[in-house]
Amino acid sequence: MNLFYVVAFLSIFFSLLVIFSKNPVHSVLYLIVTFFTFTIHYILLNAQFLAIVNFIVYMGAIMVLFLFVLMLLNLNEETEPLKPTLLKVMGVVAGMCLLVTLAGSLKALSVSEPVVLQNVNLGLVKNLGKVLFNQFLLPFEISSLLLLSAMVGAVLLAKKEA
Amino acid sequence: MEIAFVLEKFVFITVIFALSLVVAMYSTLAERKIAAFLQDRVGPNRAGPGGMFQPLADGVKMFLKEEIIPTQSSKFLFIAGPSLAILTACIGSAVIPWGQDMVLFGRTIALQATDINVGILYIFGVVSLGVYGVMIGGWASNNKFSLMGAIRAASQNISYEIPMGLSIIALLLLTNSLSLKDIAEQQHGFNWNVFYQPVGFLIFLICSFAETNRTPFDLPECETELVGGYHTEYSSMKLGFYLFAEYINMFVSSAVMATLYFGGYNYPGMDFVNSLIGPTWGPLLGMGVLFLKIFAFIFFFMWVRWTIPRFRYDQLMNLGWKVLIPLAIANIVLTGVVIALVNKF
Repeated sequence: MNLFYVVAFLSIFFSLLVIFSKNPVHSVLYLIVTFFTFTIHYILLNAQFLAIVNFIVYMGAIMVLFLFVLMLLNLNEETEPLKPTLLKVMGVVAGMCLLVTLAGSLKALSVSEPVVLQNVNLGLVKNLGKVLFNQFLLPFEISSLLLLSAMVGAVLLAKKEA
Repeated sequence: MEIAFVLEKFVFITVIFALSLVVAMYSTLAERKIAAFLQDRVGPNRAGPGGMFQPLADGVKMFLKEEIIPTQSSKFLFIAGPSLAILTACIGSAVIPWGQDMVLFGRTIALQATDINVGILYIFGVVSLGVYGVMIGGWASNNKFSLMGAIRAASQNISYEIPMGLSIIALLLLTNSLSLKDIAEQQHGFNWNVFYQPVGFLIFLICSFAETNRTPFDLPECETELVGGYHTEYSSMKLGFYLFAEYINMFVSSAVMATLYFGGYNYPGMDFVNSLIGPTWGPLLGMGVLFLKIFAFIFFFMWVRWTIPRFRYDQLMNLGWKVLIPLAIANIVLTGVVIALVNKF
């Protein structure tokens, strides 16, 4: 349990750094570290497959693409245009509205019953695969179709400009 | 019991770690010797008998060079780049089974650092993480050529991870396990996976070249276009780390290929040999056989480097996306159909 608190603290600490660091590339690097702490959370929950997939997909692929784009854009404090005051005021108002909403919804929330897993080994590859390909086969196939259509759409949009 | 177990693992991991460093060190000499052999030269032969101490001399030279950190660069990330590169290179060997269980002083010792049940995926994750060292170092250098090298490395790694993963899926259909220990055990004797998955092996081999940034896929450090690529601004041991990480990567990916496709520590007639020399020396001999296979792969890596010129970048992308990925998918479908038919009849 103590380990959980240490890792949870690290997760929150690094996700705050993502928001507060000025350089976008640093933000992405902190986000990668945050994802790594999530991987540790999954391992603590005995969900090894989810842990390693989080590791490969988020840390290894998606964040590389993020970093790739940010490095190409070369965003700097010096080259960043100054935003007009009106935009800043609007941003503050919108942020405050979000804060009020969040605080309100948090207040209305009652503490839920802790969920107890029936099967501790649910997160292992074998069990996960059986559940995914028997019980949830249709949602699985539909989501894969959705991803495929998104991919084809992205390629089409990119081709149109050329 | 607990302390003995920790001690056993500690010693084993230290030995493996030292072995991979020594192999990587002497790979640098082997590379130069093989290059010399292929180009009909003598190669390094001054330091020690036949150039044996050349890697030590190179290492000392690297340590003693002046350390330069560009003023406009991000200092922390500039140092983190090569450190990450060598870290990700080293942790890959944790799940490789080096031999059968060995009996030593009445204890059964597993010749594997850890047998996690998602071993292949772990290797895959470490490989996909390897690009960060190059990317962070290249960006932190604050140099256009370094940045271009880093970006090339990123897009190349992402592109070749896909066919690599797909070729592994075809293998998994066959083995029904993600644990490298199980996969190695299944190839007992001469029942090697390469006979069932020749196309998958070929795709995996090509992708390994791309993931380790070896010629003909070494565009991130293409000196004719990018000076030195991502390590243009690096000097001293930080440059040494980048170069060394490449050799460790080569060692680990050779070990993975030998384990996945070429039977790992298995060899024909191993049961007979094991019954002759007992449960202590038998597994060690198996480990020796695995190392022979690894050295053969490392030689192949070098042979290709000094034979084939580098790709053009669009050729690289075409090969990855238009040839390897469709081929890998066709391989999966074919493997699945054959397995279904075999199970049916």
